[in-house]
Amino acid sequence: MEEILLQKAGKKMILLGNEAICRGALEAGVQFVSTYPGTPASEIGNTFFKLSQSGKYKGYFEFSTNEKVALEAGIGASFSGLKTLVAMKNFGLNVCSDSLLPFLYTGAKGPTVIVAADDPSCHSSAQSEENSRAFAFLAHIPVLEPSDPQECKDFVKLGFKISEKFQIPVMIRTTTRVAHQRAIVKLGKITKPGNVVGKFIKEPKRFVTMPPRVLEMKKELLKKIKQIRKFSEKTQINKISLSVSDTDRQKIGIISSGVTHLYVMEAVKELKLNLPVLKLGFFYPLPKEKIKNFIKNFKKVLIVEELEPYLEREIERLAKDVNPKLQIFGKGLVPEVGELKPEIVTLAIVKFANCKLKIENWKFQIPKRSPQLCPGCPYWLVFGAVKKAVDPKKVIFGGDIGCYMLAGLPPHFIQDYLSCMGSSIGIAHGIKKATGQKLITFIGDSTFFHAGIPALINTVFNKSNPLIIVMNNQTTAMTGHQPHPGAPAKPDGIKIENIVKACGVKNLKVIDPIKQKEFINTVKKFLNKKEVSVIIARRPCIQIKK
Amino acid sequence: MHPDKKMNKKTNQFNIVIVGTGGQGLITLLRILAEAALSEGYDIKTSELHGLSQRGGSVEVHIRFGKEVFSPLVSQGKADLILGLEMQETLRAYSFANSGTTFLLNKKIVSVSLVKSLSEKEILKRLKKISKNIILVPAEEICQEKLGVKVVAGIYLISLTSFKNLIPIKANSILKAINKIIPKKYLELNKKTFKLAKTY
Repeated sequence: MEEILLQKAGKKMILLGNEAICRGALEAGVQFVSTYPGTPASEIGNTFFKLSQSGKYKGYFEFSTNEKVALEAGIGASFSGLKTLVAMKNFGLNVCSDSLLPFLYTGAKGPTVIVAADDPSCHSSAQSEENSRAFAFLAHIPVLEPSDPQECKDFVKLGFKISEKFQIPVMIRTTTRVAHQRAIVKLGKITKPGNVVGKFIKEPKRFVTMPPRVLEMKKELLKKIKQIRKFSEKTQINKISLSVSDTDRQKIGIISSGVTHLYVMEAVKELKLNLPVLKLGFFYPLPKEKIKNFIKNFKKVLIVEELEPYLEREIERLAKDVNPKLQIFGKGLVPEVGELKPEIVTLAIVKFANCKLKIENWKFQIPKRSPQLCPGCPYWLVFGAVKKAVDPKKVIFGGDIGCYMLAGLPPHFIQDYLSCMGSSIGIAHGIKKATGQKLITFIGDSTFFHAGIPALINTVFNKSNPLIIVMNNQTTAMTGHQPHPGAPAKPDGIKIENIVKACGVKNLKVIDPIKQKEFINTVKKFLNKKEVSVIIARRPCIQIKK
Repeated sequence: MHPDKKMNKKTNQFNIVIVGTGGQGLITLLRILAEAALSEGYDIKTSELHGLSQRGGSVEVHIRFGKEVFSPLVSQGKADLILGLEMQETLRAYSFANSGTTFLLNKKIVSVSLVKSLSEKEILKRLKKISKNIILVPAEEICQEKLGVKVVAGIYLISLTSFKNLIPIKANSILKAINKIIPKKYLELNKKTFKLAKTY
């Protein structure tokens, strides 16, 4: 992993998309990095953590408590003039969106790149198939979409350049198949972080968002976007990838972005088609003139994009100006649900271009294999004890984000609702208030710190009585064992029981779930309490114990 | 039985899908094959999954190399080699196969919770409907007997792909990649595994 930093400019090496993002940031001379782990973005933090621990990266790095504070730390660093990278998975953007929108109004002083990794098909994301590109419209944040590791590196560098030039944060949006794609990357020169001590210079006009100034700021932001659109018109990251000799006479073409562009190129090559493909590296702001120019003489165009048809809608609008008769194909040929795959894109292009393709295929039913708790995982003990203590049919079980959401799968079957980080407690309170039914929630320790604490305070303040079991395995297990406030890299973390006590919880017990009898009895006792109860099930993850 | 595996002449590409269950070290195998392909001057794209899916569930990684490669995913019906570290998972990967695909299987069945496993006979019968190139190797058994550990079965099998001419990559390139990717602590064991595969 440290090779990322050591290899010289000009050398070619195989990098994972997320590693290439790190290399791009290092080549740009990043000085401040903050993140909360989440698949498929986790390796960005892991890489900087390792480089930082070994002293090879001289800038600042932190695993923050959640994405909101990660971004806020980044905003503070940017206000102080430092070159800043903030990385998270898609849902992290939701968590930090409250801080994100005003950051576009104030703008970035130190160049700032925010990486958000989407997960079409929800390979590692429970709650929704989020398409984070929508944040571009909500926050007016420039968004670049790399297709492969080389572009991951180059776009991060370009993102820092755009951020520096226009004093605005820039978002790099990846997806699983980009973040977890390996390919050959040609390296550039590393820029040393230099002086990593920034200076905050008072400029209230710039950093304070308050009316009436805030509306002026919005005008300034829209003006910046207009200028960046001009940049987007000229930049080579929006390009006609497959130039054919007689482009002007072509009657059909394809527009794509991100990893789907690679599927398009694969298909066009396989089908030996002679048609132009416009690849959009910029998602926002779109190069409207370039697109208009591309489509103006076509009879039909195919837009290949994953999830919601944002590009398609924009292009429909542009076509009205320049080519009202243009037939636009998009979600009619590729699905809106689930990630695209090369064969799906090939079939769409076959239909679009009226060509032929022979496919061999067989259909079998094979037993499906779900993920499992590791052998020796302490959660086996917790789930086992809970099922012995109560009749699962008579109790509602709340789930949260972490390995313990496997409670919903065989052989456990104790998960009646599951939503987003920290929500198990908030929703538990609502169910208790609405019904009074018996309820047990599971929440991991990293998740508790991330978003569980305000919900716990709410149960105390507004008086409801769920039984909350904090799965204290002393690491952020699911995303690859990152440290968290209760289990930092160096000893002396924040004790969860101290927080729980300080929130005013009276029924509290810390139990090692290996003590099954005590655990079972406590569950039985706490479930009959009139006030909220908390059991901290403390036993380290078997993977870190090894 | 062992076709002479050269690069697909039509596409100038070679597509590998490796399947197994979480924890079998598929990403390490992917990295070794990618590194070996790089050292032979090929363009490379790979795809893998991280996170919860690694916890004992079905795992599938893709490795593609050749003159020019775009997609990181192998298309359905386009795999040249399917390497299965678990037999039922290998059958699950059938959609990547065509009648010319080689199946290299580790002789191992891990049962799926609450479901009756398919038998070895049944799996082979179904695979034979797809392709004639099916090679079943008791890799774990051999590694356990000769090296005292099962975990290197994957390394044994990827080494075998080269010795048996199942992929267009030289054995020496695999060995070089093992040297580069495997941590020092386990390197000797993995090199021994590589050598052992030569004698199969």
